Amino acid sequence: MALGTGFFASKKGIITVGAIIGILAPILQKLGNPKNMGICVACMERDIAGALGLHRAEVVQYMRPEIIGFVLGSLIAALIFKEFRPRAGSAPIVRFFLGVFAMIGALVFLGCPWRALLRLAGGDGNAILGILGLAAGIWIGTFFLKSGYSLGRTQGTYSSVGWLMPLTMMAFLAFLLIFPQEQGKPKSGILFYSLQGPGAQHAPLLISLGVGLLVGFLAQRTRFCTMGAIRDLILFRQIHLLSGVIALVILAFVTNLILGQFSPGFKDQPIAHNMHLWNFLGMLLAGLAFCLAGGCPGRQLFLAGEGDGDAAVFVWGMIVGAAFAHNFGLASSPKGIGPYGIAGVIVGLAFCIFVGLTMRQKQQ
Amino acid sequence: MGYTVDARGLSCPQPVMMTLDAIKRYGSGEIEVMVDTDTSKENVIRLAQSQGWHVISVDPDGIGYKIKISK
Repeated sequence: MALGTGFFASKKGIITVGAIIGILAPILQKLGNPKNMGICVACMERDIAGALGLHRAEVVQYMRPEIIGFVLGSLIAALIFKEFRPRAGSAPIVRFFLGVFAMIGALVFLGCPWRALLRLAGGDGNAILGILGLAAGIWIGTFFLKSGYSLGRTQGTYSSVGWLMPLTMMAFLAFLLIFPQEQGKPKSGILFYSLQGPGAQHAPLLISLGVGLLVGFLAQRTRFCTMGAIRDLILFRQIHLLSGVIALVILAFVTNLILGQFSPGFKDQPIAHNMHLWNFLGMLLAGLAFCLAGGCPGRQLFLAGEGDGDAAVFVWGMIVGAAFAHNFGLASSPKGIGPYGIAGVIVGLAFCIFVGLTMRQKQQ
Repeated sequence: MGYTVDARGLSCPQPVMMTLDAIKRYGSGEIEVMVDTDTSKENVIRLAQSQGWHVISVDPDGIGYKIKISK
């Protein structure tokens, strides 16, 4: 077991896991997930918000099993390797709103960092603007970190606190099984289902869940984090996490080529718009919010699975943020940004700067 | 006499930043870093090694670890 931990903590380990994710995501697309969206944490949480009826954008409603798998896979890994640590109490309300604005920024771009990488690997040139924005947002976040920004210390707490998010995901899985999609019907029991659009496109439930569990398990072991990859490069000149991200992009690119899913260009890319400035600024907001919250949206799910109640609050911030984004016209569509998308980004940046400047520990 | 960095309860990347600060401030000697997650433990060890410091010991401490590094 010690050897196993050593492998996962090694560079070979993170590269292997990045490569596995890079292969599996395009396969999920082949099996039914939307294009360049084999795995997109923001989009999938947005679909979950829709499935629960928190927003009524009819094209993006599906209880995505991948997200359920991410949390439960991480839980299983944490339990096996004795890393399940119930903890909470580090500025949860701030983390909630960081999640809200991270989601708003991601939905202006149309994807989280994971999807930005997959869009790039699928040939979508607009992803370059998103990834540059992501890096710029993280770069701004590192200035706050260097000047003493901190969300404060967590506290060890009751097991039940750590179990709440995994239990929620088990409940979501139960909803999927109790209220399965019925042909041609937009609702089954309490769950909403898209009849067309990205929400109607999904791989078979068991495959999505299985991939989610595997990725959740592996990512918990290796601490895979798309935001940390760029942050550690800027702060410490470390490329450990980045090597996993690069492996993901290369393997996703190769897998797309093999599956005939590579289509280079900027125009008419799937579920994307080419308003360059807003692709850049949307992801800048998301990157800054992820940096201030200490992890990309995937990493927040994996942390929630290993008992981190604050990461769970961030996840709920993202789910509620998705509802805001669609209810208030903040989210983009392939036609371009939403009517209030610009305002959403400006308010989000103001919030992040406010938090970054005011939550500073005094230097010793 | 060594120095102590208490990074318990702090999330990424603060334990690593605090350790790096201590490494830069003291230059050599012995530093004890207290963390409470395995992720922080791995990250602190990775940083120490990349800065040319040796990891002397990693001991369980409550729900976390005490990592001793030296140069």
